[in-house]
Amino acid sequence: MSVIDHHEANGPEAAVRLSEASARDFFALLKPRVMSLVVFTGLAGMVMAPGHIHPFIGFIAILCIAVGAGASGALNMWYDADIDAVMTRTASRPIPAGKIRAEEALAFGLTLSAFSVCILGIVVNWLSAGLLAFTIFFYAVVYTMWLKRSTPQNIVIGGAAGAFPPMIGWACVTNGVAIESIVLFLITFLWTPAHFWALALFKMRDYGAVGVPMLPNVSGEATTKNQIVIYAVLTAIIGVVPTTLGFSSVVYGAFAALLGLGFIWYSIGVWRMPDGDEKMAPAKKLFAFSILYLFAIFSALMIDHLIATLWLTTGGAA
Amino acid sequence: MDMITLNEAQKKSRRGRNIALGVVLFALVVGFYVVTLVKFSGGMVN
Repeated sequence: MSVIDHHEANGPEAAVRLSEASARDFFALLKPRVMSLVVFTGLAGMVMAPGHIHPFIGFIAILCIAVGAGASGALNMWYDADIDAVMTRTASRPIPAGKIRAEEALAFGLTLSAFSVCILGIVVNWLSAGLLAFTIFFYAVVYTMWLKRSTPQNIVIGGAAGAFPPMIGWACVTNGVAIESIVLFLITFLWTPAHFWALALFKMRDYGAVGVPMLPNVSGEATTKNQIVIYAVLTAIIGVVPTTLGFSSVVYGAFAALLGLGFIWYSIGVWRMPDGDEKMAPAKKLFAFSILYLFAIFSALMIDHLIATLWLTTGGAA
Repeated sequence: MDMITLNEAQKKSRRGRNIALGVVLFALVVGFYVVTLVKFSGGMVN
């Protein structure tokens, strides 16, 4: 009598799959690079928020936001395994590479989602936990399952998922939502289309091959370039709003304006790029600059806020 | 009774996953302990 008799058509190991997935493969399911951006912007929201949070509670909050974002990445990889296998950028992800089964990724994503939301709720507050749950739902269901394969505006609306972390960070400290946290949300929200469409331009064939309706494939390069410039201008404007609303200094405003001009400059480079350009160098430059832009803007916001706080606490303003 | 014999790669990956899970569980225990201390001390201060 064998415990695996009914599976033995091609030998036990062929029928009972024994995983060779390492912990690193599971970590890769969390999209660590996206997670680093989420950690950074979430931290910015927490630092900018008025009030105080115990450093260890703050650390747990950031960890929960990171794990929640990672969980939504795992759910995204579970659902998109079919198209990930075809696209060059994603073919080496753990599921298409055969290291992790789709069901394992689903279970991993759901478990981490539940854990991150519950722990954030218990340890910090339930508003931030609710926002985190909504972010996971928005990314995994609204963006991945619905928008991504149905509309060229997928990343415009879906970009909200990536923009929520500073709002969650803010809510962790204040247990509320404020105009300032909405502005932090809008910075990432308006930045996302130019960032992703720059990528979509030089990965157009990949997206076309799997039938994902990215703007360059559906509306053409010219329309995409126009939209990139429009969103770059909107991003540059929202970048200086913290100063106009008075919660960041003029020095930050000047820095953000310079960065915004750089963003517009690179987007105009893409706009001037001839249709059908093989190398797509301006699009690659814009993509690289957009990442730098977001890190620089949120770094500047945090540094500016910390300097202002230090100035006030040391009596420098007196 | 036949048993499934793991090859070296499967043993190595299972060991790695077990260690990672152990570390995560230990971190959770320590985390909850410290959070409890922080919450209690906060309450006492208030």
